[in-house]
Amino acid sequence: MELDSTKPLIKIDEETSDFIAEILEKGAQIFPKEELERILTCIQCGTCYGSCPSGRITAYHVRVIMRKAQLGLKEEVLKDENLWNCTTCYTCQERCPREVETTDTIRLIRNMAFEAGYVKKPHLIVSRNFIETGHSIPLRDEDKEKRKRVGVSEIPPTTLTYPEALKEVQTLVEATGFKEKVLKLLEEG
Amino acid sequence: MTKYAFFLGCIAPLRYPGLEAATKRVMQHFNIELLDLNGASCCPAPGVFGSFDLWNWLVVAARNLSLGESLNADLTTICNGCYATLQEAWHILKEDPSKRRRVNEVLSKINRNYNAKTGIKHIIEVFANDIGIDKIKSSVEKSLEGLKVAVHYGCHFLKPRKIRGHGSSEKPHILEDIVTALGAEPVHYKEKLLCCGAGGGVRAGNLDAALEITARKLASVKEAGADCILNPCSFCHFQFDRGQVELRERKGIEFNIPVIHLVQLVGLAMGIDPKSLGLYENEIPPTYLDKLGLR
Repeated sequence: MELDSTKPLIKIDEETSDFIAEILEKGAQIFPKEELERILTCIQCGTCYGSCPSGRITAYHVRVIMRKAQLGLKEEVLKDENLWNCTTCYTCQERCPREVETTDTIRLIRNMAFEAGYVKKPHLIVSRNFIETGHSIPLRDEDKEKRKRVGVSEIPPTTLTYPEALKEVQTLVEATGFKEKVLKLLEEG
Repeated sequence: MTKYAFFLGCIAPLRYPGLEAATKRVMQHFNIELLDLNGASCCPAPGVFGSFDLWNWLVVAARNLSLGESLNADLTTICNGCYATLQEAWHILKEDPSKRRRVNEVLSKINRNYNAKTGIKHIIEVFANDIGIDKIKSSVEKSLEGLKVAVHYGCHFLKPRKIRGHGSSEKPHILEDIVTALGAEPVHYKEKLLCCGAGGGVRAGNLDAALEITARKLASVKEAGADCILNPCSFCHFQFDRGQVELRERKGIEFNIPVIHLVQLVGLAMGIDPKSLGLYENEIPPTYLDKLGLR
Protein backbone atom coordinates (compact mmCIF):
# COMPACT_ATOMS: atom_id res chain seq x y z
CA MET A 1 0.00 0.00 0.00
CA GLU A 2 1.29 3.43 -0.86
CA LEU A 3 1.15 6.21 1.71
CA ASP A 4 -1.03 9.14 0.76
CA SER A 5 0.81 12.20 2.08
CA THR A 6 -2.31 14.34 1.90
CA LYS A 7 -4.13 12.19 4.46
CA PRO A 8 -3.38 12.38 8.17
CA LEU A 9 -1.84 9.28 9.69
CA ILE A 10 -3.31 10.22 13.06
CA LYS A 11 -6.94 11.13 13.53
CA ILE A 12 -7.86 13.46 16.34
CA ASP A 13 -10.32 11.73 18.63
CA GLU A 14 -10.66 11.42 22.38
CA GLU A 15 -8.13 8.63 22.47
CA THR A 16 -5.44 10.72 20.83
CA SER A 17 -5.25 14.37 21.56
CA ASP A 18 -6.97 17.44 22.87
CA PHE A 19 -3.46 18.89 22.89
CA ILE A 20 -3.21 18.95 19.09
CA ALA A 21 -6.70 20.42 18.85
CA GLU A 22 -5.59 23.18 21.22
CA ILE A 23 -2.40 23.86 19.23
CA LEU A 24 -4.43 24.09 16.02
CA GLU A 25 -7.06 26.33 17.55
CA LYS A 26 -4.54 28.77 19.03
CA GLY A 27 -2.35 28.55 15.96
CA ALA A 28 -5.17 29.41 13.58
CA GLN A 29 -5.27 32.93 15.05
CA ILE A 30 -1.86 33.52 13.46
CA PHE A 31 -1.09 30.84 10.83
CA PRO A 32 -3.18 29.09 8.15
CA LYS A 33 -4.78 26.15 9.94
CA GLU A 34 -4.37 23.67 7.09
CA GLU A 35 -0.60 24.17 7.23
CA LEU A 36 -0.44 23.51 10.97
CA GLU A 37 -2.53 20.35 10.48
CA ARG A 38 0.46 18.80 8.72
CA ILE A 39 1.62 17.70 12.19
CA LEU A 40 -0.88 14.86 11.84
CA THR A 41 1.14 13.44 8.94
CA CYS A 42 4.49 13.17 10.80
CA ILE A 43 6.08 9.78 10.14
CA GLN A 44 8.88 10.13 12.72
CA CYS A 45 11.63 10.02 10.09
CA GLY A 46 13.96 12.20 12.19
CA THR A 47 15.06 14.60 9.44
CA CYS A 48 14.19 17.43 11.86
CA TYR A 49 16.36 16.11 14.64
CA GLY A 50 19.19 15.34 12.21
CA SER A 51 19.15 18.97 11.01
CA CYS A 52 18.89 20.62 14.41
CA PRO A 53 21.84 22.65 15.77
CA SER A 54 20.51 22.36 19.34
CA GLY A 55 19.52 18.72 19.00
CA ARG A 56 23.10 17.57 18.80
CA ILE A 57 24.19 19.33 21.99
CA THR A 58 21.07 19.27 24.19
CA ALA A 59 18.13 16.94 24.84
CA TYR A 60 15.88 19.08 22.60
CA HIS A 61 14.45 16.60 20.10
CA VAL A 62 11.89 17.96 17.64
CA ARG A 63 10.85 14.52 16.44
CA VAL A 64 9.98 13.44 19.97
CA ILE A 65 8.00 16.61 20.67
CA MET A 66 5.96 16.09 17.48
CA ARG A 67 5.18 12.52 18.58
CA LYS A 68 4.32 13.50 22.13
CA ALA A 69 2.01 16.19 20.77
CA GLN A 70 0.27 13.58 18.63
CA LEU A 71 -0.13 11.40 21.70
CA GLY A 72 -1.55 14.25 23.77
CA LEU A 73 1.23 14.35 26.37
CA LYS A 74 0.67 18.05 27.04
CA GLU A 75 2.13 18.46 30.53
CA GLU A 76 5.19 16.42 29.65
CA VAL A 77 5.91 18.61 26.63
CA LEU A 78 5.18 21.96 28.30
CA LYS A 79 7.27 21.42 31.39
CA ASP A 80 10.37 20.09 29.61
CA GLU A 81 12.96 22.88 29.75
CA ASN A 82 14.53 21.59 26.54
CA LEU A 83 11.61 23.12 24.68
CA TRP A 84 13.49 26.43 25.09
CA ASN A 85 16.63 25.21 23.30
CA CYS A 86 15.18 25.73 19.80
CA THR A 87 16.96 28.65 18.11
CA THR A 88 14.05 28.90 15.61
CA CYS A 89 16.50 28.42 12.73
CA TYR A 90 13.75 26.76 10.62
CA THR A 91 16.11 24.15 9.15
CA CYS A 92 13.86 21.31 10.34
CA GLN A 93 10.75 22.98 8.93
CA GLU A 94 12.44 23.54 5.55
CA ARG A 95 13.65 19.94 5.31
CA CYS A 96 10.59 18.12 6.63
CA PRO A 97 9.48 15.69 3.87
CA ARG A 98 5.90 15.91 5.21
CA GLU A 99 5.95 19.71 5.30
CA VAL A 100 5.14 19.76 9.00
CA GLU A 101 5.38 23.32 10.35
CA THR A 102 7.75 22.17 13.06
CA THR A 103 9.29 25.50 14.08
CA ASP A 104 5.98 27.36 14.14
CA THR A 105 4.44 24.49 16.10
CA ILE A 106 7.28 24.79 18.62
CA ARG A 107 6.56 28.53 18.91
CA LEU A 108 2.89 27.73 19.57
CA ILE A 109 3.73 25.08 22.16
CA ARG A 110 6.07 27.59 23.83
CA ASN A 111 3.18 30.09 23.96
CA MET A 112 1.22 27.46 25.90
CA ALA A 113 4.19 26.73 28.18
CA PHE A 114 4.62 30.46 28.86
CA GLU A 115 0.96 30.78 29.73
CA ALA A 116 1.17 27.76 32.04
CA GLY A 117 4.12 29.38 33.84
CA TYR A 118 6.88 27.12 32.49
CA VAL A 119 9.21 29.99 31.75
CA LYS A 120 12.81 31.05 32.27
CA LYS A 121 13.68 34.05 34.41
CA PRO A 122 15.88 35.77 31.77
CA HIS A 123 12.94 35.66 29.35
CA LEU A 124 10.74 37.42 31.89
CA ILE A 125 13.39 40.09 32.34
CA VAL A 126 13.54 40.65 28.56
CA SER A 127 9.73 40.92 28.61
CA ARG A 128 9.74 43.40 31.49
CA ASN A 129 12.33 45.50 29.72
CA PHE A 130 10.13 45.57 26.64
CA ILE A 131 7.04 46.58 28.61
CA GLU A 132 8.93 49.34 30.45
CA THR A 133 10.99 50.80 27.57
CA GLY A 134 9.71 49.41 24.25
CA HIS A 135 13.08 47.68 23.73
CA SER A 136 14.24 44.20 24.74
CA ILE A 137 17.52 45.47 26.22
CA PRO A 138 18.44 48.66 28.12
CA LEU A 139 20.39 51.67 26.80
CA ARG A 140 23.37 52.02 29.15
CA ASP A 141 25.73 54.99 29.56
CA GLU A 142 28.49 53.14 27.69
CA ASP A 143 26.12 52.64 24.74
CA LYS A 144 25.38 56.37 24.66
CA GLU A 145 29.13 57.02 24.55
CA LYS A 146 29.50 54.54 21.68
CA ARG A 147 26.66 56.27 19.83
CA LYS A 148 28.38 59.62 20.16
CA ARG A 149 31.70 58.20 18.96
CA VAL A 150 30.22 56.89 15.70
CA GLY A 151 28.28 60.08 15.07
CA VAL A 152 24.65 59.14 15.64
CA SER A 153 22.21 60.78 18.08
CA GLU A 154 22.95 59.97 21.73
CA ILE A 155 19.49 58.41 22.12
CA PRO A 156 17.92 56.61 19.11
CA PRO A 157 14.67 58.06 17.67
CA THR A 158 12.60 55.17 19.06
CA THR A 159 10.31 54.80 22.10
CA LEU A 160 13.38 55.94 24.07
CA THR A 161 13.05 59.44 22.59
CA TYR A 162 9.27 59.64 22.28
CA PRO A 163 7.33 59.00 25.51
CA GLU A 164 3.99 59.18 23.65
CA ALA A 165 5.18 56.31 21.43
CA LEU A 166 6.12 54.27 24.50
CA LYS A 167 2.64 54.94 25.86
CA GLU A 168 1.18 53.48 22.64
CA VAL A 169 3.22 50.29 23.00
CA GLN A 170 2.18 50.02 26.65
CA THR A 171 -1.49 50.40 25.68
CA LEU A 172 -1.07 47.54 23.18
CA VAL A 173 0.66 45.13 25.57
CA GLU A 174 -2.15 45.77 28.04
CA ALA A 175 -4.85 45.24 25.42
CA THR A 176 -3.38 41.91 24.29
CA GLY A 177 -3.07 40.65 27.86
CA PHE A 178 0.71 40.21 27.55
CA LYS A 179 1.57 42.67 30.30
CA GLU A 180 -0.72 40.98 32.79
CA LYS A 181 0.77 37.56 32.00
CA VAL A 182 4.33 38.80 32.49
CA LEU A 183 3.61 40.71 35.71
CA LYS A 184 1.83 37.71 37.18
CA LEU A 185 4.76 35.39 36.38
CA LEU A 186 7.25 37.91 37.79
CA GLU A 187 5.25 38.13 41.02
CA GLU A 188 5.15 34.37 41.34
CA GLY A 189 8.94 34.45 40.99
CA MET B 1 14.94 58.99 -5.22
CA THR B 2 14.32 55.64 -3.56
CA LYS B 3 13.42 56.02 0.10
CA TYR B 4 13.01 53.74 3.08
CA ALA B 5 12.17 54.21 6.75
CA PHE B 6 15.09 52.81 8.73
CA PHE B 7 13.87 50.29 11.30
CA LEU B 8 16.59 50.16 13.97
CA GLY B 9 15.44 47.35 16.27
CA CYS B 10 17.35 46.88 19.55
CA ILE B 11 20.83 45.40 19.08
CA ALA B 12 22.12 47.88 16.48
CA PRO B 13 21.14 51.14 18.22
CA LEU B 14 21.75 49.91 21.78
CA ARG B 15 24.86 47.71 21.44
CA TYR B 16 26.43 48.19 17.98
CA PRO B 17 25.52 51.72 16.88
CA GLY B 18 28.40 51.50 14.38
CA LEU B 19 26.05 49.38 12.26
CA GLU B 20 23.44 52.14 12.34
CA ALA B 21 26.04 54.76 11.41
CA ALA B 22 27.49 52.60 8.61
CA THR B 23 24.02 52.01 7.12
CA LYS B 24 23.29 55.74 7.02
CA ARG B 25 26.63 56.55 5.38
CA VAL B 26 26.43 53.77 2.81
CA MET B 27 22.83 54.51 1.83
CA GLN B 28 23.69 58.20 1.45
CA HIS B 29 26.59 57.16 -0.78
CA PHE B 30 24.11 55.36 -3.08
CA ASN B 31 21.51 58.16 -2.94
CA ILE B 32 18.98 56.07 -1.06
CA GLU B 33 17.01 58.26 1.33
CA LEU B 34 16.64 56.86 4.85
CA LEU B 35 13.87 58.36 6.97
CA ASP B 36 13.88 58.09 10.76
CA LEU B 37 11.08 55.82 11.95
CA ASN B 38 10.26 57.96 14.96
CA GLY B 39 8.71 56.14 17.91
CA ALA B 40 9.45 52.60 16.69
CA SER B 41 9.90 49.88 19.31
CA CYS B 42 11.42 46.39 19.42
CA CYS B 43 10.12 44.54 16.33
CA PRO B 44 9.24 42.40 18.64
CA ALA B 45 11.87 39.65 18.40
CA PRO B 46 10.44 36.61 16.56
CA GLY B 47 11.91 33.76 18.60
CA VAL B 48 11.58 35.49 21.95
CA PHE B 49 8.32 37.46 21.97
CA GLY B 50 6.94 35.12 19.29
CA SER B 51 7.62 32.25 21.67
CA PHE B 52 5.85 33.96 24.57
CA ASP B 53 2.69 35.31 22.96
CA LEU B 54 2.18 35.29 19.20
CA TRP B 55 -0.92 37.48 19.32
CA ASN B 56 0.92 40.23 21.18
CA TRP B 57 3.86 39.77 18.79
CA LEU B 58 1.62 40.31 15.77
CA VAL B 59 -0.14 43.38 17.19
CA VAL B 60 3.09 45.18 18.17
CA ALA B 61 4.68 44.29 14.82
CA ALA B 62 1.64 45.78 13.07
CA ARG B 63 2.15 49.05 14.95
CA ASN B 64 5.78 49.26 13.75
CA LEU B 65 4.65 48.53 10.20
CA SER B 66 1.90 51.15 10.47
CA LEU B 67 4.53 53.81 11.27
CA GLY B 68 6.08 53.12 7.86
CA GLU B 69 2.68 53.21 6.21
CA SER B 70 2.01 56.70 7.62
CA LEU B 71 5.28 57.83 5.99
CA ASN B 72 4.23 56.07 2.79
CA ALA B 73 7.50 54.14 2.89
CA ASP B 74 8.63 50.53 3.16
CA LEU B 75 10.85 49.86 6.13
CA THR B 76 14.38 48.56 5.74
CA THR B 77 16.41 46.69 8.34
CA ILE B 78 19.94 45.39 8.93
CA CYS B 79 18.76 42.66 11.32
CA ASN B 80 17.42 39.24 10.31
CA GLY B 81 15.35 39.08 13.49
CA CYS B 82 13.55 42.35 12.84
CA TYR B 83 13.14 41.26 9.23
CA ALA B 84 11.66 37.91 10.28
CA THR B 85 9.05 39.52 12.51
CA LEU B 86 8.05 42.40 10.28
CA GLN B 87 8.16 40.51 6.99
CA GLU B 88 6.11 37.66 8.45
CA ALA B 89 3.59 40.01 10.08
CA TRP B 90 3.29 41.92 6.78
CA HIS B 91 2.73 38.62 4.95
CA ILE B 92 0.09 37.41 7.43
CA LEU B 93 -1.81 40.70 7.43
CA LYS B 94 -1.64 41.15 3.68
CA GLU B 95 -2.92 37.62 2.98
CA ASP B 96 -5.71 37.45 5.54
CA PRO B 97 -8.20 40.35 5.84
CA SER B 98 -9.90 38.81 8.88
CA LYS B 99 -6.64 38.79 10.84
CA ARG B 100 -5.98 42.35 9.68
CA ARG B 101 -9.40 43.39 10.96
CA ARG B 102 -8.77 41.85 14.37
CA VAL B 103 -5.34 43.48 14.65
CA ASN B 104 -6.75 46.86 13.60
CA GLU B 105 -9.39 46.63 16.32
CA VAL B 106 -6.55 46.66 18.84
CA LEU B 107 -4.56 49.32 16.96
CA SER B 108 -7.64 51.58 17.02
CA LYS B 109 -7.02 52.02 20.76
CA ILE B 110 -3.95 54.07 19.83
CA ASN B 111 -5.57 55.63 16.75
CA ARG B 112 -3.50 53.65 14.31
CA ASN B 113 -4.33 51.41 11.43
CA TYR B 114 -2.33 49.11 9.16
CA ASN B 115 -3.49 48.16 5.69
CA ALA B 116 -0.43 46.17 4.58
CA LYS B 117 0.13 48.63 1.71
CA THR B 118 3.75 49.07 2.75
CA GLY B 119 6.02 46.43 4.25
CA ILE B 120 9.72 45.81 4.78
CA LYS B 121 12.83 45.04 2.74
CA HIS B 122 16.04 43.61 4.12
CA ILE B 123 19.12 45.73 3.39
CA ILE B 124 20.36 42.79 1.25
CA GLU B 125 17.35 43.39 -1.01
CA VAL B 126 18.19 47.09 -1.21
CA PHE B 127 21.73 46.23 -2.32
CA ALA B 128 20.65 43.49 -4.73
CA ASN B 129 17.54 45.07 -6.26
CA ASP B 130 17.52 48.85 -5.76
CA ILE B 131 21.23 49.47 -6.18
CA GLY B 132 22.20 46.32 -8.10
CA ILE B 133 25.37 44.23 -8.19
CA ASP B 134 26.70 45.99 -11.30
CA LYS B 135 26.34 49.43 -9.74
CA ILE B 136 28.01 48.21 -6.54
CA LYS B 137 30.88 46.82 -8.58
CA SER B 138 31.36 49.98 -10.61
CA SER B 139 31.20 52.17 -7.47
CA VAL B 140 34.12 50.46 -5.70
CA GLU B 141 36.76 53.01 -4.71
CA LYS B 142 38.91 50.79 -2.52
CA SER B 143 39.07 47.25 -3.88
CA LEU B 144 39.02 44.58 -1.19
CA GLU B 145 41.24 42.30 -3.24
CA GLY B 146 42.98 39.64 -1.21
CA LEU B 147 40.45 39.74 1.64
CA LYS B 148 39.09 36.29 2.50
CA VAL B 149 35.53 36.53 3.73
CA ALA B 150 33.50 33.79 5.42
CA VAL B 151 29.90 34.58 4.55
CA HIS B 152 27.16 33.94 7.13
CA TYR B 153 23.53 34.33 6.02
CA GLY B 154 21.89 33.75 9.37
CA CYS B 155 18.56 31.95 9.47
CA HIS B 156 15.75 34.40 9.02
CA PHE B 157 16.68 36.21 5.84
CA LEU B 158 16.11 32.97 3.90
CA LYS B 159 13.78 30.88 6.06
CA PRO B 160 10.94 30.02 5.98
CA ARG B 161 11.34 30.10 2.19
CA LYS B 162 7.65 30.08 1.31
CA ILE B 163 7.18 33.37 3.18
CA ARG B 164 10.54 35.04 2.48
CA GLY B 165 10.64 34.14 -1.22
CA HIS B 166 14.40 34.51 -1.71
CA GLY B 167 14.99 31.07 -3.22
CA SER B 168 17.14 28.26 -1.89
CA SER B 169 18.12 28.20 1.77
CA GLU B 170 20.58 25.39 1.11
CA LYS B 171 22.55 27.04 -1.72
CA PRO B 172 22.10 30.80 -1.44
CA HIS B 173 24.57 33.04 -3.30
CA ILE B 174 23.53 36.71 -3.03
CA LEU B 175 26.04 37.54 -0.28
CA GLU B 176 28.86 35.85 -2.20
CA ASP B 177 27.80 37.89 -5.25
CA ILE B 178 28.12 41.15 -3.29
CA VAL B 179 31.43 40.14 -1.67
CA THR B 180 32.85 39.25 -5.10
CA ALA B 181 31.61 42.55 -6.60
CA LEU B 182 33.63 44.37 -3.91
CA GLY B 183 36.79 42.55 -5.01
CA ALA B 184 37.00 40.28 -1.95
CA GLU B 185 37.00 36.49 -1.98
CA PRO B 186 34.20 34.46 -0.36
CA VAL B 187 35.75 31.34 1.17
CA HIS B 188 33.94 28.05 1.42
CA TYR B 189 33.56 26.59 4.90
CA LYS B 190 31.70 23.55 6.15
CA GLU B 191 29.35 25.24 8.62
CA LYS B 192 28.27 28.10 6.35
CA LEU B 193 24.57 27.43 6.86
CA LEU B 194 24.75 26.83 10.61
CA CYS B 195 22.78 29.21 12.86
CA CYS B 196 24.81 31.67 15.01
CA GLY B 197 23.29 30.04 18.10
CA ALA B 198 21.64 33.11 19.61
CA GLY B 199 18.08 32.95 18.25
CA GLY B 200 14.83 31.73 19.75
CA GLY B 201 15.67 33.03 23.20
CA VAL B 202 18.54 30.53 23.52
CA ARG B 203 21.12 33.25 24.11
CA ALA B 204 19.12 34.64 27.04
CA GLY B 205 17.86 31.29 28.32
CA ASN B 206 20.82 28.92 27.82
CA LEU B 207 24.00 30.83 26.99
CA ASP B 208 26.21 27.73 27.14
CA ALA B 209 24.19 26.00 24.41
CA ALA B 210 24.19 29.17 22.29
CA LEU B 211 27.97 29.48 22.63
CA GLU B 212 28.55 25.85 21.75
CA ILE B 213 26.81 26.41 18.42
CA THR B 214 28.76 29.66 17.91
CA ALA B 215 32.05 27.87 18.65
CA ARG B 216 31.27 25.15 16.12
CA LYS B 217 30.65 27.80 13.49
CA LEU B 218 33.76 29.85 14.32
CA ALA B 219 36.02 26.79 14.35
CA SER B 220 34.88 26.07 10.81
CA VAL B 221 35.57 29.70 9.77
CA LYS B 222 39.04 29.48 11.30
CA GLU B 223 39.78 26.21 9.54
CA ALA B 224 38.92 27.83 6.19
CA GLY B 225 41.51 30.56 6.81
CA ALA B 226 39.08 33.48 6.54
CA ASP B 227 40.16 37.01 7.56
CA CYS B 228 36.71 37.83 8.91
CA ILE B 229 33.15 36.59 9.22
CA LEU B 230 30.55 38.65 7.36
CA ASN B 231 26.91 38.80 8.47
CA PRO B 232 23.74 40.65 7.42
CA CYS B 233 22.24 40.69 10.93
CA SER B 234 22.81 42.78 14.07
CA PHE B 235 21.93 39.88 16.34
CA CYS B 236 24.32 37.40 14.63
CA HIS B 237 26.93 40.19 14.69
CA PHE B 238 26.44 40.57 18.44
CA GLN B 239 26.60 36.81 19.02
CA PHE B 240 29.81 36.35 17.00
CA ASP B 241 31.60 39.37 18.48
CA ARG B 242 30.46 39.37 22.10
CA GLY B 243 30.27 35.56 21.96
CA GLN B 244 34.03 35.34 21.37
CA VAL B 245 34.65 37.25 24.60
CA GLU B 246 32.23 34.94 26.44
CA LEU B 247 33.89 31.85 24.94
CA ARG B 248 37.27 33.14 26.15
CA GLU B 249 36.00 33.95 29.64
CA ARG B 250 33.79 30.91 30.20
CA LYS B 251 35.54 28.17 28.24
CA GLY B 252 39.04 29.45 27.62
CA ILE B 253 38.58 29.18 23.86
CA GLU B 254 40.25 31.89 21.78
CA PHE B 255 39.25 32.56 18.16
CA ASN B 256 40.03 36.23 17.43
CA ILE B 257 37.99 36.26 14.24
CA PRO B 258 36.93 39.82 13.33
CA VAL B 259 33.20 40.25 12.68
CA ILE B 260 31.91 42.60 9.99
CA HIS B 261 28.37 43.47 8.95
CA LEU B 262 27.46 43.63 5.26
CA VAL B 263 26.86 47.41 5.40
CA GLN B 264 30.34 47.89 6.88
CA LEU B 265 32.07 45.80 4.22
CA VAL B 266 30.29 47.68 1.44
CA GLY B 267 31.19 50.96 3.17
CA LEU B 268 34.87 50.02 3.28
CA ALA B 269 34.91 49.29 -0.45
CA MET B 270 33.18 52.63 -1.11
CA GLY B 271 36.16 54.32 0.53
CA ILE B 272 34.34 55.39 3.70
CA ASP B 273 36.55 55.94 6.75
CA PRO B 274 36.75 52.73 8.88
CA LYS B 275 36.24 54.67 12.11
CA SER B 276 32.97 56.22 10.97
CA LEU B 277 31.76 52.75 9.92
CA GLY B 278 32.15 51.67 13.55
CA LEU B 279 34.80 49.05 12.74
CA TYR B 280 36.73 49.86 15.92
CA GLU B 281 33.65 49.45 18.13
CA ASN B 282 33.71 45.65 18.10
CA GLU B 283 35.19 43.55 20.90
CA ILE B 284 37.42 41.74 18.38
CA PRO B 285 39.76 44.22 16.64
CA PRO B 286 39.50 44.61 12.83
CA THR B 287 42.89 43.03 11.98
CA TYR B 288 41.81 42.67 8.33
CA LEU B 289 42.38 46.44 7.92
CA ASP B 290 46.15 45.78 8.06
CA LYS B 291 45.85 43.41 5.14
CA LEU B 292 43.99 46.08 3.19
CA GLY B 293 46.54 48.74 4.12
CA LEU B 294 43.86 50.78 5.85
CA ARG B 295 45.45 51.05 9.29
